[in-house]
Amino acid sequence: MDKGALASALGSPSVFGQSQFAFVRGNAFEARVKADGGAELLRLVHERLDRGARPPAEARVEVPDLSATGPEGRAARTSLALREATGTPGAWTLLDHPMLALEVAGSPAFLEPDAVVVHPDGTWTVVEIKSFPMLDGSADPAKVGAAARQAAVYVLALEQVAARLDPAPRVRHRVLLVCPKDFSNLPTASAVDVRKQRAVTDRQLARLTRIDEIADALPEGVCFSPEQPAEELAASVEAVPATYAPECLSACELAFHCRARSREAGAVTCLGRPVRAELGGLSTVGDVLAAARGEAGDPDDPAVAALRRAARLRAEALATAGAGTGEVSACR
Amino acid sequence: MSLITTLARLEAVHTGRAQPAATVRHRHLSDRPMVFVPLITAGEAGAPLGALVGTDRDAPHLLVVPQPRDRDLRFAFLAELADIVLPHVEAYAEQVEAAERTETDPETDKRVKVEVDLCADAAQLVVPSRAGIDFVRLLGRSMRFRRTAEQDPETPHPAPPRVPLLGRWLTHYGERARVPGSSLLLAMTDLLGRHWATGQSTLEDQHLGALLAWIARDPEHPGRTGAEAARRAELARDADGQLLCPPAGPATDPAFDNKLLAPAIERYDRARTALAAAEDGLEADDRLGALTAAEREIRDLVESRTRPTWDAVWRGLDLLRELPVGAHVEERWTRDRWSFTSHRDRILSGEPPQPRRDDAVTAANKLATREREQARLEAQEALDDPLVMAGRRLAGEAFAGEVVDVVMAYSESKRPSPRPLVTVRTDDRPYLGERVKVYRSLGGKPQTAEYVGPAAPDDGSDAGAGTGDGALVLRITDRMGRGKEPEAGSVPEKGDLVCFTLFEHEQRGGAKLPDPEQTPWTHGGPPGEAAAVPEAADAQTEEDVL
Repeated sequence: MDKGALASALGSPSVFGQSQFAFVRGNAFEARVKADGGAELLRLVHERLDRGARPPAEARVEVPDLSATGPEGRAARTSLALREATGTPGAWTLLDHPMLALEVAGSPAFLEPDAVVVHPDGTWTVVEIKSFPMLDGSADPAKVGAAARQAAVYVLALEQVAARLDPAPRVRHRVLLVCPKDFSNLPTASAVDVRKQRAVTDRQLARLTRIDEIADALPEGVCFSPEQPAEELAASVEAVPATYAPECLSACELAFHCRARSREAGAVTCLGRPVRAELGGLSTVGDVLAAARGEAGDPDDPAVAALRRAARLRAEALATAGAGTGEVSACR
Repeated sequence: MSLITTLARLEAVHTGRAQPAATVRHRHLSDRPMVFVPLITAGEAGAPLGALVGTDRDAPHLLVVPQPRDRDLRFAFLAELADIVLPHVEAYAEQVEAAERTETDPETDKRVKVEVDLCADAAQLVVPSRAGIDFVRLLGRSMRFRRTAEQDPETPHPAPPRVPLLGRWLTHYGERARVPGSSLLLAMTDLLGRHWATGQSTLEDQHLGALLAWIARDPEHPGRTGAEAARRAELARDADGQLLCPPAGPATDPAFDNKLLAPAIERYDRARTALAAAEDGLEADDRLGALTAAEREIRDLVESRTRPTWDAVWRGLDLLRELPVGAHVEERWTRDRWSFTSHRDRILSGEPPQPRRDDAVTAANKLATREREQARLEAQEALDDPLVMAGRRLAGEAFAGEVVDVVMAYSESKRPSPRPLVTVRTDDRPYLGERVKVYRSLGGKPQTAEYVGPAAPDDGSDAGAGTGDGALVLRITDRMGRGKEPEAGSVPEKGDLVCFTLFEHEQRGGAKLPDPEQTPWTHGGPPGEAAAVPEAADAQTEEDVL
C-alpha cells in the first residue's frame, strides 16, 4: 500500500522525499565502491572482517549475474547463487543487489541489500553502502544506528536462506558499513556488530500482529483506496488502531494524520512517551489538568498528589517572579 | 523533563500558547551577535550551498555557491565568509582588559597570581538550530587543515589565505558549544526551548518555525492557536509545492532541491559551458550576461530560503531580550571570555590547528570541564530562577519555608563557635538524612548548615512522628564571622523565609590532570615525537568535496 498517497488523500501529506543531489551522489558513490568487479569492496571486506583469508587480489573472484524477472524470480536466483558460491571454497563471491525475501507479519517482503559477500570459507557478510561521511574514523551515531538496524533485517533474511541449505552456512553478525572517507569520495569501511539489532528485530518480527489478524478485525467493506472521499477514507483508516508518539514523525508517512487524531483526543503521548510514563493512569490533557487543579482525581493516587504539588510550586514560582522580585526571589 | 515542565506543556496545549519555562534569561546575549544561517547541498558532506551572515538584521550578507560541486566556487564562498566573520572576531580579540589568573610557578611549584590579558568581550555566534551547530563544527573541521599557497607552494588546490584560520575559530566555537551553559555559539531552537514550554514534543521543537509559532503570536492571524500555527509552519505549501516556511537548515527541503534548485544549477552549468566555448569577444559578452543571470537566479533562490529563517532568529532574539537576565549569567559569560581569550592566545603564539583527535589529557580535561559546568549550570539556574528552583524542590533537592524558631548553641571545641539551631517549617519534602549538608545563598555566597532532625512537635506528643507538620531543625555551621557571637544578618531570624538546597552552589574542580608530556602509559603514554609533526591536510581527489 502506498502510505504516502494515502496520507495525501487524508489531507496530511507526508514530508518525506529525497533530494536528487543526494540521490545522484549516493549512486555515484555506490558505483565507485563496486567498480572494477568489486575489487575495492572485497579488499575492504578482507581488511576489516577476514584478514586470515586469502586476499581477493590473489584469489578467484566471482560476480554472478542475478538478473531475473520479478522479485520472486530474483530472490530465487539469489538463493541459487548463494548456494553455488558456498559450494566453491577458496573463492570470493560478490552478490551485487541480491533480492531476499523475509516474512513480515505473515506476508512476504522483498529486501534488496547493497551487496552480500561470500567469503572463501563459505560464510556470508552483508555490506551496506551509505553516502554519509566517516569523519576521522567516526560517523553520525544516529545514521550508523539506522544503517545497523537495516543491515540486521538483511542478516535475518539471509539466515532464512541459509537455513534451507545443508550444511547451513554461517551468516556473519558483523556487517560491513562502507562510507566516504572525510570530505572525499574515497571509500572507507568499518565492521559493525549487529547482534543486538538482529535480536531486537527478530523479537519484534515475532511479536508483530499478523496482517490477516488485523484484516479479520476490520469491519466488512473497509477500503483504503486513495480515490474514495476523504471522509470515508478517514473512517477506514480510523478502523485500524494506531498509537501515535512523536517518534513516528521521522518514520511513517501517516504520522501527521495520526498526530492530528491524537491531538484531537487530547492524548498526552503527543508530548512524548516519557510524559505518558510520568503521569500514571492519566492519559489525556483534560484529565491531567483537572487533576492538577484539584477538580478531579484521587488525592491518594501518587501521580495525582505529585501533580498537585507541581502545580502549586509552579504557580508559587510564577507569582514570585511576576511580583517583580525576579532575582533570587526564592532564595534569601 | 520535570513534572513542572510537563505541566507547563500541558497548559500550553490547553491554552494554545507557549508557557514560561523560565522566569529569567539563562544565557548571555551579546549586544552585537553575529547570526549565521547556512544551507548545505544534500548528500555532500559539508558542502555549503549558501548562507546569510552578519550583525545587522536589515542587511545580511548573502553568500552563494552557484555550483556546489565546484571547488573554486566553494573556496570563494569560504573566503568571503572569512572576510565577514574574522574581522568581527578579531575586533573583539583586540579589546583587552587586565585580569589576574593563578598559575603554578614551574620553578617554585607555588601558586602565584599573574597579570594577564582578558578580552573585554567575546564575539557571539547564533545559528538557527542544533544542526547549525554541527555544521559550524563540520565547516571548522573541513577548513582548519587546508594549506594555503603561502604555507605550502606545492599544494595542488591551495585554499584562500584566511580560510584555515576561520576553520580554527569555527572549530573552537563548535567545541565550546559542547560546554553546558556556554554562550559563544548558540542555537536559537535551544534558547527558545530553554525558556518556553510549547504544547508539542521536544522533537517537534527542533523546527524553529513551529517553535516560534507557539511562542509569538502571528500579528496577521492573532486568533490562530499555537498548534495550528505550528502545523502551518511545518507543512503548508504554496501552489508550486514549496514550503511556506522553509526549514531552518542547514538541510533544504527535497521539493526545493528537485523543483527549483536543480534546474537553476543546470541552467548555470549550461551558461558556463557556453561561455567557455565562446569564440569571440562579442559572443563572450552575451554569454557572460546569461551566466550572470543564471547566477542571479540561484542567489535569489538561496535568499528566499534563508531570509525567513534569518528573520525568525532575530525575532527569537527580540523575545529573549524581553526576559530579565539571570544573576549568574554574567559570571558564566566571563568563562566564555576566558575561553575566547585562550584561543586567541594560541593562535597568536603560532600553535598548530586543533588536532583531529584530542590526546588523552586534553580529552579528559574537556570531559571534566563539561561535567563541572553542567553541575554549575544546574545550581546557578536554580538560584537565579524560582521556577527552576520549584523543579528542584519538587524533586526533593531543595526546600523553602519559614523560620519558626532559632536557638543559639555552640560547638564543643576549646574556642566555642556559634552553631545556632534553626527550625524551618516547610511543605516541601526534601530527601534529608542525619547530618546531610544543606546550603543557602547568603549575600551571593553559600552558607552551609546540616540537618539535625525533625522538630519536636509543639504539643509534646510522641517525638519522631513530628515529621508530619514539616518542621526541620538545621544547624548553621559557617559564614557567621570569627567572633563568639554571629555577625549581624548571618543567622536567619524568626519569620524569615529561607530556601536551602541539598546540592552545592559552587563547583570544586577535580584533581589536576598531568601535563600531556606526563600522560601515563595506561592512556597511551606521552605523545612523543609523533605529535610534534603537524597534521597532514586531508587527501584530495579530483572530484573532491571541499
